[in-house]
Amino acid sequence: MAEPLLKVAGLQAWYGESHVLHGVDIEVREGEVVTLLGRNGAGKTTTLRSIMGLVGRRSGSVRFEGQELVSARSDRIARAGIALCPEERGIFASLDVTENLLLPPVVRPGGMDLDAIYTLFPNLKERARSPGTRLSGGEQQMLAIARILRTGAKLLMLDEPTEGLAPVIVQQIGQTIRTIKERGFTVLLVEQNFRFAQTVADRHYVMEHGHVVDAVSNAEMAGAMDRLHGYLGV
Amino acid sequence: MLEDLLFQLQIGLPQVALGLVNGAFYALLSLGLAVIFGMLNVINFAHGAQFMMGAFVAWMMLSWLGIGYWPALILAPLIVGAFGVLLEKTMISRLYKLDHLYGLLLTFGLALIIEGVFRNQFGSSGMPYAPPAALGGPPVDLGFMFMPVYRLWVVVAALVMSLVTWLVIEKTRLGAYLRAATENAALVQAFGVNVPRMITLTYGAGVALAAFAGVLAAPIYSVNPQMGSNLIIVVFAVVVIGGMGSILGSVLTGFGLGLVEGLTKVFYPEASSTVIFVIMAIVLLARPAGLFGRA
Repeated sequence: MAEPLLKVAGLQAWYGESHVLHGVDIEVREGEVVTLLGRNGAGKTTTLRSIMGLVGRRSGSVRFEGQELVSARSDRIARAGIALCPEERGIFASLDVTENLLLPPVVRPGGMDLDAIYTLFPNLKERARSPGTRLSGGEQQMLAIARILRTGAKLLMLDEPTEGLAPVIVQQIGQTIRTIKERGFTVLLVEQNFRFAQTVADRHYVMEHGHVVDAVSNAEMAGAMDRLHGYLGV
Repeated sequence: MLEDLLFQLQIGLPQVALGLVNGAFYALLSLGLAVIFGMLNVINFAHGAQFMMGAFVAWMMLSWLGIGYWPALILAPLIVGAFGVLLEKTMISRLYKLDHLYGLLLTFGLALIIEGVFRNQFGSSGMPYAPPAALGGPPVDLGFMFMPVYRLWVVVAALVMSLVTWLVIEKTRLGAYLRAATENAALVQAFGVNVPRMITLTYGAGVALAAFAGVLAAPIYSVNPQMGSNLIIVVFAVVVIGGMGSILGSVLTGFGLGLVEGLTKVFYPEASSTVIFVIMAIVLLARPAGLFGRA
C-alpha cells in the first residue's frame, strides 16, 4: 500500500520544561476524515500544533507526502500543504471578514475559489465588510474553516470546530466537513464529542496522557461504545 | 477681550503655520515608530539617530558625489533602511523573546554609538544643506503670511507619505499580513507567511521613514549629529499621546501637537517647549493607552 498522506511516528513535544506528547503515532490517508478523541489535556490540540510546527520543541517523525517536517518552521509546513483551523479560531479583529478570508496565502493550486466558498458559507458574503470578530461564534468558525479552503492545502486540521456552538450550527459544520471531504480534502479533526465525530469521520484515534491508546474505525464504533465511554468518561 | 485674542491670533498665525512644519516631522517620525512598535514590539530609540543619518547621507551624496536633493530623497531612505535591516538581522532580532526593556536598551545604545561616530567624524557644529532650486523660490503668499516654499513642501510631503503609509497598511494585502501578525504572529506564520522576513522588512521600512524625514529636514535645520536627539524626545511624547502603535493616531497627533506648540508660542511663549509634555502627563493620567490607542 502507498504511504499515507500524513504519517506521524513517535512524536514527542514539550512546552518549555513540561513534556506533553510522549510518542504519538497517527496515519491519515488521502481523502479520509480522521478524528482525535480524548479528554481535555490528553494532547489532542498539542498534536495538531506540533504537526503544524507551533510547539517549540518536538522530536520523532512527521511525514507528509513522504516529506519529513518534524523540524521544519511553520511557514514551510504550511507551504507543504497542511493548514490548521485553531481551537480559538484565530479570527483577526483588525481585519474585516474578506481580509480574514483572503489572508492565508495560496500555497498550491487546487483550493476552492471564492464563489464556491461563498456558496458554502453565504453569511460570509453578506458580512464581507464587518470586522472579523463582530461575527457570531458560529460565523467565526465558518470563517476560520473557509479561510483554509482557499489555500490549496490538502490536509486540513480542525481543532474542535463544534466547541461551544448551538446544535443547529454543529449540524451545519458537520455538513461542511462532509462537503469538503467530497471535494477531496483530507481532514484531521480534534473532537471531544464522539457522537458528532461518528457522523463525519472514517476512523478515530483515542488519546490519553500524550499518546494514542486506541484506534477505532467508524464501522466498529457501535460495538466499541463501552470502551469509548471508559476513555472519555461520559 | 475677545478682540484682543483674535488680534493676537492674527499676528501669531505665522507661528501656528510654522508649528505645522514641526508637526510634519513629529508625524513622520512617530509614524515610523508606530510601524516598528506595532510589528516588533520594540521601542526604537535609535529612531532619532536614523533620522540624522538620513540627513547626513543626503549631505554626503551632495558634497561628495554631487547627487542632488531629489535622488537623495529616494536613495538616502533606501540606504539607511538597508542599514536598519542589517541592525535587525544581526542584533534586534535576538531580543524578541526577552522583555521589551532590552530592545529599548539596545536601540538606545545603538543611537549613542551612531551619534558618537558621526560627531567624531563631522564635529558638532553642523553643515548647511541648500534646498533644491525648484523649492528655493520666493515665499508663497498664504493670505495671512508668507511661507517659504520649502516649508510648504515639507508639510505636503509629510501628508502624502503618511497617507501612503496608511493606505499600504489599511488597504493592501501586505498591510493585512502586518495587522494580522501584530495580533497573532504565530498563526500568520502557520498560514505560510515568512513572518521573520516580514519583521525585518518592517523595521527597515520604519527606519527608511525616519531617514526620509531626515532628508526633508536637512535644508531646514543644519545637518548635525544631534539633530535627531533634539527632536526624538518630543516625538516620543507624541507617540505616547497618540497611542503606541496606532498609525492614524501618530499622524493626527503629530500634526495636532505641532499646531498646539505653535499656538502656545502665540499666547504663552514661555510654555511652548513644555506644552507637549504637559499634555502627555494629562493624557497618561486620563487615558493611559493614548488618544488613539487600544487599551
